[in-house]
Amino acid sequence: MNSPFTNPPDNPPMPMSENQYQFLKAHRRHHHIIALSRFLLIAVFLCLWETAARKEWIDVFFFSSPWGILTYLYQMFLDHSFFTHTGITLLETILSFLLVTLLSLLAATLLWYIKDLAEVLEPYLVILNSLPKSALAPLLIVWLGTGTNTIIVAGISVAVFGSVINLYTGFCQADAEMLKLIYTLGGNRKDAFIKVILPSSIPLILSNMKVNIGLSLVGVIIGEFLAARRGLGYLIIYGSQVFQLNMVITSIIILCAIAMAFYKTIQSLEHHYRKK
Amino acid sequence: MNSLLSLQDISYSYHSLKEETPALSNISFEVSEGEFLAIVGPSGCGKSTLLSIIAGLLSPEKGSLFYKGRSLACCESEKTVKIGYMLQHDHLFEWRTIYQNVILGLELNHTLSDTNRDYVLKLLKDYELYSFKDKKPSELSGGMRQRAALIRTMAIHPDLLLLDEPFSALDSQTRLNVSADIAQIIRQTNMTAILITHDLAEAITLADRVLVLSKRPACIKCEMPIRFDIDRHDPMMIRNTSEYQLYFNQLWEVLTNEQSVYQSAR
Repeated sequence: MNSPFTNPPDNPPMPMSENQYQFLKAHRRHHHIIALSRFLLIAVFLCLWETAARKEWIDVFFFSSPWGILTYLYQMFLDHSFFTHTGITLLETILSFLLVTLLSLLAATLLWYIKDLAEVLEPYLVILNSLPKSALAPLLIVWLGTGTNTIIVAGISVAVFGSVINLYTGFCQADAEMLKLIYTLGGNRKDAFIKVILPSSIPLILSNMKVNIGLSLVGVIIGEFLAARRGLGYLIIYGSQVFQLNMVITSIIILCAIAMAFYKTIQSLEHHYRKK
Repeated sequence: MNSLLSLQDISYSYHSLKEETPALSNISFEVSEGEFLAIVGPSGCGKSTLLSIIAGLLSPEKGSLFYKGRSLACCESEKTVKIGYMLQHDHLFEWRTIYQNVILGLELNHTLSDTNRDYVLKLLKDYELYSFKDKKPSELSGGMRQRAALIRTMAIHPDLLLLDEPFSALDSQTRLNVSADIAQIIRQTNMTAILITHDLAEAITLADRVLVLSKRPACIKCEMPIRFDIDRHDPMMIRNTSEYQLYFNQLWEVLTNEQSVYQSAR
């Protein structure tokens, strides 16, 4: 065939120009400044806090101090309570998160398949999503008792309804013309879901997972406040009751680290998907 | 030539809570085997609705469709007819490579045999996309993407090809090249095709026959066979012929009359 098209040739690598070099240098400098600023912000805050505690500008009994927190953390490592409490919170959060992801994907798929069911359930989902989940916790304790099951269900209840609504809305916004293409090529509704809806929704599913991991952690901590004898939520509530502020703040800092680690894990998953 | 597709008194309306909007009214025409038919008409007159009905995506409210004398709906459900459909945009999936995109129809029809794989690879070679088979669609130009979309449609060995303004998303120069390219492919393979377009020049240069639809609800306003004494592979050469000017003026007159009737009616 005499095609009027010519396919673009593979360009050989060009030597870097002075302007490109300057651009890359400025880009790297900008990133270094941002990273340094972030580090300085926390370093200055910690120094000020420690100085304020040592000079007795603040009451260490109420506000603790970075050194006090470090010492408490060291003790937690020594008596292994760090691993017990952090481990149980991690386990409950991961289980809640996995169940939320699985349940919300299944529910959103079912709602997409059966539009009438989605129409029937829509107001209930909106109400359940808007309901403050801490209000459900006493009920969960009565029904399921105190323990891991209740905490996992609390973690699920915080994230699952919003996740179903988000995923279902995303599924419905898939390009109608792409679905039409599947039907014109002889596909059915199942094919449309597997070949178009699901792959085109992967960025949505990943961003939904980022939100869900945080919400699962929130739910687990609410659960641990009310129905646990182990876990970081239990440590926070117990520490506040016995005025052990080192215990409370150390637990909060461990929680921050956990939240950050979860977020980074999903982000690297997202990054891996984008690269692919 | 034998009649491949026959439409008899096809009517269709869209329904909403506010009103009923008639889109097609008693449309009847035939398409012969190997014929390239173009359908033109005012914007929003129901051209795409007509293709959706032929493709089996919509059911007509009135009238019948026949494929080689048998009900088209029966042929479609028995899978004895395969209809290829090219949409306005190529809709290549970014999460699939070009090769994975062009075998999509075969996957959906569960006909991904070695013979069909070889056929797809041959089409990729013929249409100069073989070296791009492992690339993502975003790495290809508009014209190359549209050729990939054509290969995806042709891979299922369609008996009838429906082209729903497949060049409208391209810039004018690429559009001219790609339309000539695709028309040549269709002629070489002797495929039966129905093209919907807004562009009169495109309809005249590519098709064997042009149908003009009226404003909504669409009915057939005029039917014009197109004949040229020269080879049709070069669209610019055709546009310089006196027959082209004659066809263009005649069709233009029908369409402008239709447009003025439409505007005065509004």
